[in-house]
This record gives sequence, C-alpha cells and structure tokens, in this order.
Amino acid sequence: MTATEIRPTTDALLKTQAPKKPMNTGQFIRWLLLFLGGIAMVMPIAYMISTSLKWPHEVYNLKLIPDEPHLENYTYVLEDGRFYWWFVNSMIIAVITTVCNVIFDSLVGYTLCKFRFPGRYIVFIAILSTLMIPTEMLVIPWYLMSQQFGWLDTYWGIMFPGLMTAFGTFLMKQFFETVPDDFIEAARIDGLNELQIWWTVAMPLVKPALAALAIFVFLGNWTAFIWPLIVTNSVEMYTLPVGLSSFGDEADVAWELIMTGAAISTIPTLIVFLIFQRYIIQGVVMAGLKG
Amino acid sequence: MADLEIRNLVKRYDKTEVLHGISLDVEDGEFVVFVGPSGCGKSTTLRLIAGLEDATSGEIVIGGRVVNNLEPKDRDIAMVFQNYAIYPHMTVRKNIGFGLRTSKMSKTDKEARIDEVAGILGMTDLLARKPSQLSGGQRQRVAIGRAMVRDPAVFLFDEPLSNLDAQLRTQMRLEIKKLHQRVGNTIIFVTHDQVEAMTMADRIVIMKDGHIQQVGTPAEVYHKPANTFVARFIGAPSMNMLSGTVADGALRLGSGEVLELGLDAADGQPVTVGVRPEDLHPGAGPALVRGPVTVREPLGHETLIYVGAEGQEVIAKADGRTPPEVGEEVTLTAALDTLHIFDAATGNALR
Repeated sequence: MTATEIRPTTDALLKTQAPKKPMNTGQFIRWLLLFLGGIAMVMPIAYMISTSLKWPHEVYNLKLIPDEPHLENYTYVLEDGRFYWWFVNSMIIAVITTVCNVIFDSLVGYTLCKFRFPGRYIVFIAILSTLMIPTEMLVIPWYLMSQQFGWLDTYWGIMFPGLMTAFGTFLMKQFFETVPDDFIEAARIDGLNELQIWWTVAMPLVKPALAALAIFVFLGNWTAFIWPLIVTNSVEMYTLPVGLSSFGDEADVAWELIMTGAAISTIPTLIVFLIFQRYIIQGVVMAGLKG
Repeated sequence: MADLEIRNLVKRYDKTEVLHGISLDVEDGEFVVFVGPSGCGKSTTLRLIAGLEDATSGEIVIGGRVVNNLEPKDRDIAMVFQNYAIYPHMTVRKNIGFGLRTSKMSKTDKEARIDEVAGILGMTDLLARKPSQLSGGQRQRVAIGRAMVRDPAVFLFDEPLSNLDAQLRTQMRLEIKKLHQRVGNTIIFVTHDQVEAMTMADRIVIMKDGHIQQVGTPAEVYHKPANTFVARFIGAPSMNMLSGTVADGALRLGSGEVLELGLDAADGQPVTVGVRPEDLHPGAGPALVRGPVTVREPLGHETLIYVGAEGQEVIAKADGRTPPEVGEEVTLTAALDTLHIFDAATGNALR
C-alpha cells in the first residue's frame, strides 16, 4: 500500500529533478566507459550475426548491414550432417563435465571448509595455486597422459582434464563457509553420516553457487577449443568450436559458415545464461574471480 | 531417560587446557543449568557431552554407559542450538521429522510422532510452513520439536534463548520449564544469563575458567555462595563486597563498626564481607556503610541507591516512596544473618 502510494511521488521527483541537475565529470566518464564497454561486448556478436547473413564475397567488407542479407548459410550448416555430430559431442561433453564438477568440486570444497585435518591448508593452497597455470602449459602433459592411457580421440580424453576444477573447488569452499556449523552438527547428532549431511543439508543451502558453477563449467566446456582440437583427430569426435573452425580449407576460411555455426551454437548458452543469470552474478561476486 | 555422570573431564586445544578435570552427577529427569561468563567452558562441556568434540581425558557416562567413544547419534541425546539450526529449505514437518530420518520406525509411526510433538508445542497449523515464514519463537519451538521427536535420554540446550527478545525469552523460559515437567527427560541447559539459570534449574552449575565453582539448587547458590565469584555472579544487582578484618572472633568493618559474629578465624585475618543490595537498606542497626547517596534508580515499589564508601559504590535498596536525596549522608544496615563472609585471600566462604 505504502509502496504504491510513494512510488509515483518519487518518480515525479526524479523526473523534475533530472534535467535540472547537470551530469558532473565523474558521472560522465563513468557513463562513457560503460558505453564503450557495452559497444565492445556487442560488436563481436553483431558482426557474427551480420557475417552469417552475408555471401562469401562480402565477408571482408566491414559493413554491419549486408547488401543482400540471406539465410543460405543457415540452410547449408543445418543440412551438413557433421554439424549435428559436433553439436551432440559438445552437448555430451559439456553436460557430463558440468555434472562431475558440481559433484566433485562441492565434495572437495565442503571437505576443505568443514573438516579440520592436518595439511588442510596446504591442500587448499596447492589446489588454488593450479589456478595460476595457464591451459597452454598443461596441454602437453595432458596429451602425453591421454596417449599413455589410450584416450586420444575419445570423449574421455576430451573430458578428463576438466572433470574437476580448482576454480570450482574454491568457489564451493567459499560458499560452504556461509553454511553454519550448527546445521552440520545438528544433522550429525540426528544420526546422518557425513555423505548424507553433505547431500541433504549442505548442498541445498548452496544452490546459487551450484547454479553459478554449473553455468561457468557448461560455458567453459561448450566453448573450449585448444584441448579438444589437440586431443581429437577424427571429424566425428570434433566438438562444435573445433568443427566450426574446420569449415573451409586451408587456403580459404569460410567465415560466413563459421559465423553461422557460431551463431547457432550460442543459442544453448544464451538459454542457460538467461535462466541463471541471477546466480552467475552472485557467483562472480562471491568468488571474486572467474576461472 | 537416564542419568548423566561426568568424571574428571579434561579438554585441551593444543596446549591450552579449557576444562580442568570437572566432575558432576546429574540425576535422571533433572534440569541442570550450566552458567558462567563467556569462555568459562560451559559450552565446551555441552559439546563434549554431545560428542561434537572429543574429551582429552575423563569419562562421560550416560545411563550407565561410557559414551566417550560413541558417535553423537549413538549417545541417545538431542541438542538445541543457539541459532536453532533448523533447515531453511525444509518445511516445519520435515525439520521436526529430520531427527527420525535414521530411525527404524515405520513411516506412519514417524508421521504420528511428528504430529504428536507438533501438538505438544502447539505447532500443528504450522507444519507446512518454511522456517522463513516463522517468528523467532516459533523457530525456537521447531528446534525443540526436532529434539523432542526422538525422545532422547538427555536434552542438551546451548544458549537457546539468547537470540530472542526479552519478552519472548521469558515466555520460552516458561515453556521449556513446562515441557520438562511434562516429558520429564534429563535436561542440560547452558546459558550465560543467571536469571535463566535461577528460574529454570533444579540445580545450577556455576563455572569459571574451566572449573566448577559451585553446584547447588537456585536457593543454595543464592543464599550460600561458595565463593566471591558465585556470590557476585548470582543475583542482580550484584552482591556488594566490603572489606574487614577478624578481631577476636568479631568482624571489624571499614566503617569502624564491630560485629560480634563468632567467626572461626585467626586474629587479624582480612576478610571480604558480602551483602546483597536487597538486604542492605538505610536505617538504624549495625552501621555497615556510611556515605553520601550518589545516584538513585527508582523502580516504583523500591528505589536503588548508590552510596559512595570505601572507594567504591555500594548498592542498597530504599523505600520507593521516600528515598534519600542524592548527596544525603546515609547509614546502611542489614540483618547480621544476611552477611556473607569470605576469605579475602582465596575468596572462599568462611560463613
């Protein structure tokens, strides 16, 4: 009641005050930076969609609006059987990796957060320090391992490095800090074992973190390029990004087809993001970084 | 239901010893309150009884069974936490039923038990709600319900009322006491609030720095405090402490007054004389304190007066209608049998 009564007054106030108060320099710079940031974010997407609507001869023309926009590229990509393979591969890999991360990262994060054992801090620091090693440095050891285990050109080979992540472990540990110890002790007195406590008490209380983690991991694996490129050989094992990059031949890259495939492949991520965007922001704020 | 016995319980964290070998017998069905300032070891004792922490040495016996090596769930106890520890993602029914998750009861029996407990606590209409839709007092009741549902031998309460406002605290205090009279289980209740301890307990355990200072009924710890710590901790406002010396079995006070108390102590021994504000009042009789009134606190039926003497402020009770004025010189007196005499060096009671 009160809110509905107050709101029009406040709006009216804002309307009358806004033009009178000139923007100061600080505000102007902030708005300008945000505006430029916004442009920087939107332009690649705009060019992706624009290019996907162009004919090959127009691709290197930087005009945002194509001269003769058409949907032939979409027809071509969707009729090409390989695209479905890659889509399915990417989906399988992203989903399995996401599920594994949600389970393993939270198990480790929970253990590091809620149990006191010797070496706990060292283990945590060791896990955290792996965040500082770039993927490029890891692909060679990963490759050698895959080769030894006979995992080259398999789903297992593509997925194994990402089934658990240091970032996810850190994120989950931070979130489990917010679960009061009383909750866990109460469950312990009520007779639950540690695994049951983790699953029935702790996990439901960190749902926002789990959602954020799921989005991070899903997006990361959906768009992963370098490792799947290295570990796969056969076209049927390609993931979407790897497959898309193979459109065209060495002399002539078919950018319009790549951009078409890329545009289609953003749809699942867009859906996931729109549903969970509230959580992703919470996740970023909580963890203070992105892996 | 069962009795509880603690024998020489010691708890050490690394090199810091926080419990120095405490022993206590709690009878079956008794309501025992652990009270003391923060850091006195009362919550640690409770957590050791619950099995949430391991004792460094000593034994905890529940119902004749040494439980030191048993998991919390096997100790036949239930605990109510300060922050209630009720799960926000579960309904009241699920929260209360949580304690029965691992029980071998049939589902119908479990439901019946939950309904019974909810009935006792007057929460039948709230079973479908989530904790966020409950008030503080209702949440507290859910936490108690979850403990009750298992019908444990011993209930452990860890400062369960400290998050409630004053009025609700009084109400819940009464409810817990009634509940105890109704179900009759042994209760160990931890609090830092001496009023809670006095009003609820069959027996009070007063702790300080990891030692038990005194165990006794509320009347005993109030009227016969074992030492100056207990004397000052129990009762509000705190007991006044005056200094004096023993002379020929008599007590010589700082005010110059000599009281023939027949003390069994060496000549010249310094002592501390305790007198509760409610026993001390202006009037004729042995002059315990003389000095000017510095502050008056009217409470309606009586007025507390602060009197400056012996470098401290002594609190006394004066008439509510005609209290002495601020600045007025008064002489405070008390009946001799209300005086508590402590050894000035050790603080232990001499009389």
